[in-house]
Amino acid sequence: MEAAGPAVAVAGLRRDYGDRPALDGVGFELARGASLVVLGPNGAGKTTLLRVLAALLRPSGGEVAVLGCALPAEAWKLRGRIGYLGHEPLLYRDLSGRENLRFQARLHGIERQAAEARIEGLLRGVGMERRADERVAELSAGMRQRLSICRCVLHEPGLLLLDEPDSNLDAEGRELARELIGPGAGRTRVVVTHDPERHTPEADQVLQLGIGERAVVS
Amino acid sequence: MTPSRAAFAAILAKDLRAELRTLQSLPAMALFSVTTFVIFRFGLDRTSLSGSLAAGVLWATLLFAAVLGINRLFVAEREEGGFDAIRLAPIDRSVLFAAKVAALVVYLLALELVAVPIFAIFFLEDAAGLGPLVAVLLLTDLGLAATGTLISSMAVNSRARDLLVPLVLLPLAVPLMIAATGATEPLLSLGGPSYDRFGTWLTVLGLYDLIFGLVGYAVFDFLLED
Repeated sequence: MEAAGPAVAVAGLRRDYGDRPALDGVGFELARGASLVVLGPNGAGKTTLLRVLAALLRPSGGEVAVLGCALPAEAWKLRGRIGYLGHEPLLYRDLSGRENLRFQARLHGIERQAAEARIEGLLRGVGMERRADERVAELSAGMRQRLSICRCVLHEPGLLLLDEPDSNLDAEGRELARELIGPGAGRTRVVVTHDPERHTPEADQVLQLGIGERAVVS
Repeated sequence: MTPSRAAFAAILAKDLRAELRTLQSLPAMALFSVTTFVIFRFGLDRTSLSGSLAAGVLWATLLFAAVLGINRLFVAEREEGGFDAIRLAPIDRSVLFAAKVAALVVYLLALELVAVPIFAIFFLEDAAGLGPLVAVLLLTDLGLAATGTLISSMAVNSRARDLLVPLVLLPLAVPLMIAATGATEPLLSLGGPSYDRFGTWLTVLGLYDLIFGLVGYAVFDFLLED
């Protein structure tokens, strides 16, 4: 049973790399099922914010709660409940796309038959069913991104953390991806993007990060 | 949480499949050991070895060959995002440690399947000690795999990885090598194997495995933190 309250609640978040603050004083709340778009120039800390929310980085200060779990103390409770799409596809280059997805399904404890059905459906959904048995190393960046989107939603997470989800995708790929990770997919989403024209109109909230400036939520 | 046994099997199968497909570690380890035996054969100018010298040549060669595999153990996790994928999954992180130890034990056993017969052909007049040597190989492989996995996971984020692994691993492996050569020496004695203090050395090897296995299990979670 999911706890009540916002999907993400952040107050006074700070994250430092050595002496340099990448995030300072970031705060927002995101309701369950809502979409937040994060904007900002290079180096503003957008990717850092997503990695903190995914419990892949520890916050240096402030309060962060994701799906009712206070970070970093309850990060272990969050595992398996987030779909994370980062700059790297998180796919093994020497395995095929299908083998990568089977591996992820086993890590997430999805029963074998259910996993096979889900993998087939996702591969069809992103137009990769014919190339899924090729090694990831032999695929184009766009195809890797399509597989990575399958990996991101394979375990049906409640929260999607998407870092430039359209990167390397062609027009067809963007449309197919939208079915799985777009606002219509019915999941809470935090989307980092450099393309505000595309993502802002469908967002419930926008977080503008600046370098050395206060974050602004609108 | 995903059952640890399922996650263990998934990670081990993934590693073995990737190694079988790419052959990035095993051929290099085997080739290194064969070349080293050739160097020893001509360097020592001996066609047969026994006792402590035979044990020393065997274990020094296997140890340095193992370093080649240990160096590459976490490269895919580091370069292809495997660490992040595993940290996002609902699994106990010590499962990754256990699976990597198991993968390394498989690599070492495969290496020894090639290296030990060649060692016997090059240097041994009597192969009777090779039977009981299997127990020494298994226990030493476990210890080397536990220590190697721990060091490799620490070194993988460093650009000086290739330097760090031998620098940190070799001192830690000294007690293991003392026990391994101590157990091997009587097995390769001139005139056939004897079992003088064999059980004592096996116990030392078992203790080393236990200590480094427990240390790895206890600290591995912290090593994966950012």
